[in-house]
Amino acid sequence: MASPNDDTKETAMSHTPPPGAEADGGDLDLSLMKKKKKKVKKDDDDAAEEAPAPADGEEAIDLTMKKKKKKKVVKEEDEFAKKLEALKLEGKEGEEGAAGGAAAAPAELSEQDGDMEKGTGIWQHDEVKTITYEPLLSRFFALLAQKNPDHATSGTRSYKIPPPQCLREGNKKTIFANIAEICKRMKRTDEHVTSYLFAELGTTGSVDGSRRLVIKGKFQQKQIENVLRTYIIEYVTCKTCRSPNTELSKGENRLYFITCNSCGSRRSVQAIKTGFSAQVGKRRKMQG
Amino acid sequence: MSIENLKSYDPFAEADDDSGQTKQTQEYIHIRIQQRNGRKTLTTVQGIPAKFDHKKILKVVKKDFACNGTIISDTESKGMGEVIQLQGDQRLKIKEFLTNKEEGLGLDEKTIKVHGF
Ligand SMILES: [Zn+2]
Repeated sequence: MASPNDDTKETAMSHTPPPGAEADGGDLDLSLMKKKKKKVKKDDDDAAEEAPAPADGEEAIDLTMKKKKKKKVVKEEDEFAKKLEALKLEGKEGEEGAAGGAAAAPAELSEQDGDMEKGTGIWQHDEVKTITYEPLLSRFFALLAQKNPDHATSGTRSYKIPPPQCLREGNKKTIFANIAEICKRMKRTDEHVTSYLFAELGTTGSVDGSRRLVIKGKFQQKQIENVLRTYIIEYVTCKTCRSPNTELSKGENRLYFITCNSCGSRRSVQAIKTGFSAQVGKRRKMQG
Repeated sequence: MSIENLKSYDPFAEADDDSGQTKQTQEYIHIRIQQRNGRKTLTTVQGIPAKFDHKKILKVVKKDFACNGTIISDTESKGMGEVIQLQGDQRLKIKEFLTNKEEGLGLDEKTIKVHGF
């Protein structure tokens, strides 16, 4: 076998597990919604292997992940499974894969037979035939996904904050009860988060005796959550390494900076601006 | 409808626009939402470049979105430039209008910031 492949022959030989099984082993750190799906998957594979992860209320939302991304992960897994499937087919039937370059030389491609997982054909340990780029590339991604299931989504993934607790006060006010706890977790001051919330929601409010935030207007938990999400993207996570372990500080000349505790990078952030705010409610101008 | 005439500017005037209005042209277009009484909401659009005729935009948009709206003058907005104010949550629609190349202003999506929940 050619030298660049030496350290990987072990994997080529070993019968690698199907994608489903490997997805279980790597602890995919997803929130409730995804967990359900994961559980279903698990049931298929091995129900008894692992007790279902405790639905810890505190860890319920992963604020740094957008819904779309979650879907994408599933999709990626699907695609990965499909790819593997396609690879198998390709191996068994020796069909032309997909790429234009490969199609140009079908004769050569048909020689690229073999099942990577089973280690047959070109993937045989003592095979000397040169493996073309396409199957090597597929193999790389297959292995990457297998060995590092959470590679594609690593980084911000494990960052979780408690879901905002929203209570309705009367008909026109919303109480954001656990803002202090969330701010502590994000390492930001209540004031900063509050002013961001007010600016984004186009409203005002006050803090009550037990440090709960009283917001004018009706807001659902989901809506507060969305704003917190954008706050985290804008004012918490490091743009370089995506770590949420950062510090917000007032630098020279009134600029705010976020300094990352993980990688040391520093970026300036915009001050929170309320922008234009329409006159709602009573028409004070007419009266005055 | 041809919205081409919304762009009532000549290309050489743009440079002047920029220097005269740096605070606006360089900045984002902000689309915001505010709650009114009950379930009612307001959408405000701040920072549409001055080269566009705001009145014409409002006219088209009101018809397209079937909502009422008004223009808040620079003095009324306390120096934040002319603001288009629409009834209801029109954030997605107005963003689409601002970015649409054929039927809108064809602005770069990156210059638009949508706020709110
Ligand atoms: Zn960093």
